Amino acid sequence: MPKAAIAADKLNRWFGVGEARTYAVKEVSFEANWGEMLYIVGPSGSGKTTLLSMISGILRPNSGSVAIDGRDLWSQSDDEIADFRLNTIGFVFQDYHLFPRLTTAENVAIPLILQKRNWGEALSAATQCLKIVDLADKAQLPPTKLSGGEQQRVAIARAIVHQPRILVFDEPTASLDGETGRKIVSFVKAEILTSKRCIIMVTHDSRIFEYSNRIMEMEDGRITGFQQGQTV
Amino acid sequence: MKQILILAYKLLVNDKGKYFALLVGTTFSVFLIVQMTSSFAGILTKASATVINIGASIWVMDPAATNSVLSNVPMPDYVLDAVRSINGVKYAVPLYSGTALVKLRDGTYQAVSVIGLDDSSLVGRPKLLEGDIDDIFAENGFIVVKDEEFPKLENPKIGTDFELNDYRGVIVGIATVPTGALYGTPTLYTTYYRAITYIPSMRFTISYVLVQPKADSDIPYIKQQVTRLGYLALTNHEYQNAISSYLEYKTSIGTNTLLMTIISFLVGLSICGQTFYTFIIENLEHFGALKAMGAKGRELVYVILFQAGFTALVGYGLGVGLSTLLITAAKLRLPEYTSRLTYTNLSLAFLMVLIIASISGYAGVRRVLRIEPFEIFRG
Repeated sequence: MPKAAIAADKLNRWFGVGEARTYAVKEVSFEANWGEMLYIVGPSGSGKTTLLSMISGILRPNSGSVAIDGRDLWSQSDDEIADFRLNTIGFVFQDYHLFPRLTTAENVAIPLILQKRNWGEALSAATQCLKIVDLADKAQLPPTKLSGGEQQRVAIARAIVHQPRILVFDEPTASLDGETGRKIVSFVKAEILTSKRCIIMVTHDSRIFEYSNRIMEMEDGRITGFQQGQTV
Repeated sequence: MKQILILAYKLLVNDKGKYFALLVGTTFSVFLIVQMTSSFAGILTKASATVINIGASIWVMDPAATNSVLSNVPMPDYVLDAVRSINGVKYAVPLYSGTALVKLRDGTYQAVSVIGLDDSSLVGRPKLLEGDIDDIFAENGFIVVKDEEFPKLENPKIGTDFELNDYRGVIVGIATVPTGALYGTPTLYTTYYRAITYIPSMRFTISYVLVQPKADSDIPYIKQQVTRLGYLALTNHEYQNAISSYLEYKTSIGTNTLLMTIISFLVGLSICGQTFYTFIIENLEHFGALKAMGAKGRELVYVILFQAGFTALVGYGLGVGLSTLLITAAKLRLPEYTSRLTYTNLSLAFLMVLIIASISGYAGVRRVLRIEPFEIFRG
């Protein structure tokens, strides 16, 4: 039986101490599979981003476990977890976090640079990825010269340039108009998602629900249900 | 590692405004430090001008007078004989060093330094540009040093005469010396006998006994024997150090230079520290993003240390270059400008700029290591 891409078991994360302790995520268990595009949806403060951080190796849970392709994530050392983020995860942040002082191609090449790949080789691979997102002609521009949609595509190119198996999107359409948002998510599903890849997307943009395989709903730090994407 | 340092370099220099501010701060600081210490080094060298120019191996003097060649305490003649009798002394000769007022042909008076060389050997004589050294034995013969003070004697030529304590003096030679004097007075060389004759002196007349040892290994013994006589024998280098120590620790020159150097350092530190810290704070989210993407803490430390170190090195180069330009230009316009770049000055400035970079980098490292990628994720 193939192992799940992500298997979270009884994850808990709280902030504060004593009476001020607040649960951001409480007793959350779920699995995401290879070839699946799983949405995590819910109102603000429902724990979506905290959960996303715990399954992508960014935030250590207070209790519970996360297994990636069968391997326990949080029992590893800090350096191993950093390596896991670098080699296995591709991040698309809500605010993109592109570097304004670098060119678009250099921005995309950053994960390869962190992997200590040759600078020229990294730029070449980055340019290839920019072709995939249809931005090859903007490779030498700084990201500040690009539109919001173009910046989002640069962020996607950066997330896939090092061929990660898991892609994590945090509110990818929050800063985009409806049409651009739909185009980008449609593109991600058609071009980026493969049977060997898993995409987790946190969103509350119902306009893009149709592209998901499965939707996990959260409220007050708990999972309240799962639905098939197209049926929502 | 190299790839990450290239990334660090691009993140630094592509932020032109901040990078320029950092360079200005470092360059200005290095410039001030080098200027202050070079001026001080120039003063120290010029204060030892006579010691350097005479070039004797050992200087015997009264122990109470080691501050400056001009503030000597004359010694009795028997000291010369006693020193000559010490084993290991190849030869020993007297030297007169003092000041006098000369009356120029236009009737004005000018202070001069007078060096009286041993009549029989002329040990310590300067290199002549014009004239014949033997003419120093001619009646009223003086040799004038052609340095930055030379015009104060109305640019004398061979044959120019002047008056010194009702004695006539005649310029018989024009000489050059390795180092100009600090005190702003022209220098005249004559024979020892003529010097003590023309210039009123105390009961004793020998300012210094210049000693040439037979071998360097004889120096400790000679020094010991001179001490037993109740006098002090210093090697050329030791005497220069003694004069430097006096200026460094017993006059306001050293203290003021030290204070100005510290102020320059603090100015540089505050400008660079503040600008670099602001640079780090403004890029904090990017460092957080790098951390989230898998950069390890130590790699971010390398990035910051590289940026601080690179800025420090470029600023150091620019600061030293600017100082060199200014000193060179100033010396072309003002020959008496007292400034000298030494390896010690450059090393001190380098050390200080490294401290500036380290403190600036440390503040940035602390901030970056504390950032949690989760904060970036949360936006």
